[in-house]
Amino acid sequence: MAVTTTYLGVPLYRPKVAFFDFTSCEGCQLQVVNNEANLLDFLSLVEVVNFREAMTEKSNDYEIAFVEGSVTREDEVRRLQEIRKNAKILVAFGSCACFGGVNQLKNRFNDLDWVKKEVYGDCPVDTKEAMPLEKYVKVDLHIYGCPVKKEEVEKIVLNVALGKAVNLPKYPVCMECKANGNICLFDIGEPCLGPITRAGCNSWCTNNRFGCWGCRGPAEDANVAQWQKIMRQHNFSRERMLDRLECFGGFDHLIER
Amino acid sequence: MKVSCNVDVKHLSRVEGHGNIAIRIEDGQVRQAHWQVVETPRFFEAMLVGKHWENAPVICGRICGICSIGHTLTSIRAVENAFGMVPSRQTRDLRLLLKHMETLQSHVLHLFFLAAPDFLGTGSVFPLIETHPDVVKMAAGIKLLANDACDIIGGRRLHPVRTVVGGFTMLPKKEELEGLLVRLQEVAKDLQTTAELFKTFALPDFVRETEFVSLRGDGVYPFIGGSLISSDGVYRQEEEYRLMTNEYVSETNTSKLSRLSRRSFAVGALARFNNNHCFLYPEAKKVADELGLTAVSHNPFMNNIAQLVECVQVVMESQELIKGLLDRDWQPEREKVTLRAGIGVGAVEVPRGILYHCYEFDHDGRMKKCDCVIPTSQNNANIHHDIEELARQYAANGFADRDIELLAEMLVRSYDPCISCSVH
Repeated sequence: MAVTTTYLGVPLYRPKVAFFDFTSCEGCQLQVVNNEANLLDFLSLVEVVNFREAMTEKSNDYEIAFVEGSVTREDEVRRLQEIRKNAKILVAFGSCACFGGVNQLKNRFNDLDWVKKEVYGDCPVDTKEAMPLEKYVKVDLHIYGCPVKKEEVEKIVLNVALGKAVNLPKYPVCMECKANGNICLFDIGEPCLGPITRAGCNSWCTNNRFGCWGCRGPAEDANVAQWQKIMRQHNFSRERMLDRLECFGGFDHLIER
Repeated sequence: MKVSCNVDVKHLSRVEGHGNIAIRIEDGQVRQAHWQVVETPRFFEAMLVGKHWENAPVICGRICGICSIGHTLTSIRAVENAFGMVPSRQTRDLRLLLKHMETLQSHVLHLFFLAAPDFLGTGSVFPLIETHPDVVKMAAGIKLLANDACDIIGGRRLHPVRTVVGGFTMLPKKEELEGLLVRLQEVAKDLQTTAELFKTFALPDFVRETEFVSLRGDGVYPFIGGSLISSDGVYRQEEEYRLMTNEYVSETNTSKLSRLSRRSFAVGALARFNNNHCFLYPEAKKVADELGLTAVSHNPFMNNIAQLVECVQVVMESQELIKGLLDRDWQPEREKVTLRAGIGVGAVEVPRGILYHCYEFDHDGRMKKCDCVIPTSQNNANIHHDIEELARQYAANGFADRDIELLAEMLVRSYDPCISCSVH
């Protein structure tokens, strides 16, 4: 490992990192490049050895693998297992990798033949139920969000580079939203999953008066029943509750169907 | 003539998504030359079935990580058309401004970070940070402005949050728009510098005649909605888009393919330029002239130049849009949604070409049927036939395998394909 940067006078490891994409929009990787203001500082912390969306060179010598996307085909399972063998730290990067993301919405039909026919007609294309990485390999670290928030990614990568523990917020988005002084969206007639979704995004959507859709999955000890009560009090149907809960897959184990 | 050639590129780099190139020449004959999309499909068109209309823009925006704003706006347009809603002028202007800023960030990402390394002889933008610091800094600056503008208007640069059916959840502050105006004037100068840089790049002199499909301009260079046109003379209405796209399934690709008057057609910046160049701002026309782009250009590598011309176009028009918005008082940001059963189509020129979403709703606003036709899926057959022709022409001139490989890669990159989008 090359040592180029120091932190408090101590030489800093510059870990070799690799980015990989599975079934996804590749938007989370793009968030890294979308980081014009401090992209160069970020790059001084790590050595990028694999990033197909941005570079032609590639290597299997890496310590941290950022893996975006959900797993939906057998060849992806094998590719993911290969990455797991090479990486010391495997990071599930974004909601698709953490929970299946919007891709898992196709699972709700419990009928992949219908799903294939609806899109490809009589020429069906191979697919499995969309699954998070953890279904197939051990995941060391989760970075939530659709998309991931670049400030959070930087903080996590910095902590990993420094060998510090990574602590994600356990409280819900609702707390960040209140701290940001926003009008409660329920008061202006909008449904919101903020009371039970894990914080860390700095209430990104609700700051923009757009109700939370739960892309970061549940906060610890999320009180789903209480949230349902709030939704009912504001006359939101069971169907609209389900829309929010099932959108990104993070609440899957908490849904009573 | 070259006797044999073997090119096999698995998961081409510096493009969005997963695609392969294979070229095999034996005894001087092109035995195989193909562009194959192997991306895993996500099945958005099935996901949405049975969902309430409110889900459509949220979920469909996730089709693409580069042009999520384009997908969200197309989705909103399809829903509004289905419900018979007509957006106010303020909403239309803000949406167009937002779209322009996405076009700018996407084109700059492609031109500098994905395409330029080929012309400067590197494998990525990273070595250029050392060798061409001014260029990288300038490109990052333009992208930053465009992304900041998307944050200000759409609430977020990727998967926007303020854009909703009926308008916006919140409006930008006028001071923020004034700030953008000043920065856009600076960026206009940076684009001149960019044009000077691109003049030094040797674009391959490759031509294969094809058909170009885009929105049809009516006094202005078109981006959101309107009628459809092809360079072979086909003219259709927005809601007749299926007659333009004619999607079919191929056994070797996970992307659907399209055809119109010929076996393939092209969409994107070059198609828009070829069909609507007469509506460009003089400043944009000047850049086209300086870089040798004249309509109708059948050189796919010129799509790079057409994107640069469009950067100038959107920067000019955005300044005019902001001035107009600043001159008028803010109107309410959001109109009430009234449901009705029916079908709605949205056609929008997103960075890589014309995008269509079509939704059918029942009386309760639940989705019965969903269809999305993506620019790159419309381009995939054209890319395939270009590679065949490229292999034939360059093999005939005795080019080495690695040169043919690089040219084929550069050809695919010129289309700026968004492969996961095409296999949504």
